[in-house]
Amino acid sequence: MSGNRLTKGILAGLGVLLSAHSLGQNETWQMPRTSWGDPLIQGYWTNSTMVPLQRPAAMGTREFYTVEELEENLRREFEDEYGETERGTAADVHYQFDDYLMNRTADSITQNLRTSIIYDPPNGRYPPLTDTAIAAQEEYNTWRSEHQWDSAKTRSLSERCLIWDQEGPPVLPLGYNSTYQFMQTEDFVIMQLEMIHDVRIIPLDGGDPAENSLPQWLGNSRGHWEGDTLVVETTGYSGRTNAPGLRGVPMSSEAHVVERFTRVDENSIDYQFTVTDPNVWQASWSGNYPFREIEGPMFEYACHEGNYGIVNILSGVRLEEFEAYQATGKIGE
Amino acid sequence: MLKKYAIAACMLLAAAVVQGQPGELLRRADGTPDISGIWQALNNANWNLEAQVAEQGPVESLGAIGAVPPGQSVIAGNEIPYKPEAAQQREQNFALRRTEDPEARCFMPGIPRATYMPQPFQIFQTDTDIMMAYQFAGAVRTVYMSNHMEAPIDSWMGWSNGRWEGDTLVIEVAGLNPNWLDRAGNFYTSTARITERYTPLSPYHLQYEATIEDPAVYEEPWAISMPLYRRIEDGARLYDFKCPEFAEEIMYNQLTRENYFRERGVYIGE
Repeated sequence: MSGNRLTKGILAGLGVLLSAHSLGQNETWQMPRTSWGDPLIQGYWTNSTMVPLQRPAAMGTREFYTVEELEENLRREFEDEYGETERGTAADVHYQFDDYLMNRTADSITQNLRTSIIYDPPNGRYPPLTDTAIAAQEEYNTWRSEHQWDSAKTRSLSERCLIWDQEGPPVLPLGYNSTYQFMQTEDFVIMQLEMIHDVRIIPLDGGDPAENSLPQWLGNSRGHWEGDTLVVETTGYSGRTNAPGLRGVPMSSEAHVVERFTRVDENSIDYQFTVTDPNVWQASWSGNYPFREIEGPMFEYACHEGNYGIVNILSGVRLEEFEAYQATGKIGE
Repeated sequence: MLKKYAIAACMLLAAAVVQGQPGELLRRADGTPDISGIWQALNNANWNLEAQVAEQGPVESLGAIGAVPPGQSVIAGNEIPYKPEAAQQREQNFALRRTEDPEARCFMPGIPRATYMPQPFQIFQTDTDIMMAYQFAGAVRTVYMSNHMEAPIDSWMGWSNGRWEGDTLVIEVAGLNPNWLDRAGNFYTSTARITERYTPLSPYHLQYEATIEDPAVYEEPWAISMPLYRRIEDGARLYDFKCPEFAEEIMYNQLTRENYFRERGVYIGE
């Protein structure tokens, strides 16, 4: 398929382009419900998106593109990626970017008119970090430069298969495998995250998330239905879970996240969240994106069981260090 | 089919004798038993499915904390009918259990072991499928109550097709990765097929049975049976047991700088 024809295909797909504005405007659609009457959100969903978390600074406070601007962006993105290598050359052998559904510009599921997921602060960017967070980040970076190769215990949490940085809450899109299975009972909503086979069990009794609980990697979530919106409040983070966008700065014990899931049409859940952590950011921040329904099933992501990566990384570093020692008699840089 | 119903009827009768009338079971709006909640085995099966006398555990430095407690066999017929080579493999597994038991390595425990780990698991019954979440290693599986299919791919927790036979939830599990069944080195291979039966005896007890078939290692199918107990304490819930970090010492310790160099005759640190 020529680039031109593919581009046209993409733009035709945008005829059904959805934005946060237009979600749920089909008036004949009726909310599907569980046997006990709650809105049905059980199923398989993706939050894969082309929308960046933070807005390009040049966009200022503009929350949405026009359809024409988005089309232009997609065309440019497509051409950049398609033009990266020349067809039929050795450089092109790795993979063609539109193989394996990796060309996200061609997929209307990942498109909407937002200029960024973050919409508050109005510039679409994280609020400024607190002095505490800046200091913690500097301390972490110094420590990391000295110790990151010491052992498995000094590698990143995700490399050790403990937690993926975007697991949240708030749940943020990933580069790949942005796949979720939601299950519902009258008393619980269960959100299974493909990465890295984590399960959020959310009791629907609307109680205090911290009640009867211990600090947890994904915090403690409690939910309740407000009309047709599932509102989930989370506190009680472990003190080890990275704050979104940061490494070495965990969500603190004072972190508080409110998420709102609203099924707005047959294929979409509108997801809105507000993050407050006075130890990390100087202000709260909020974001919005859609979960889109996808076909199941979802498969098991056995991260730790097949973690050859960490063995290979450490083996490589050790070999380098040992060879350097043999050559110079010195250990370390 | 008739035979299966007869067995189910007998079990119900047994339940009625022990616990009162079957009518006392918790039921969902559609009449099927409500077995949702947090459950846990209370036995020695995870140490050894077969009979076990008390003995020193794999890590003597833990003192009596690391000792193996005694327990009766949970197997119908008491012993696993291994083929001769497989029995040898079990002995080798046992000798290496401190570091090679997938539990020690924090691997997902597979079925049926996940059910009798010394940690709770939770059953969720939705309008359609059932989900089972396990505290150990955060393992989880969906039990498909419709759209049954052969396992599309092998996995640690396998592929589960479920159905109700009377008041018994029957789950056929296949597509499992090779795994151990307990800390004694009992094991199955990727050709294993497990048939599980969850039968409520009361609102607080399930009878759990599993038939294990694997022609690669057993002379014939064999079965285990045990009660599961509902965790009834206030605020009972599953907590994080993200254990990869607890397994790093046995899995990656040879790759710390000190150990790697020491292995090659160069002593650094300390």
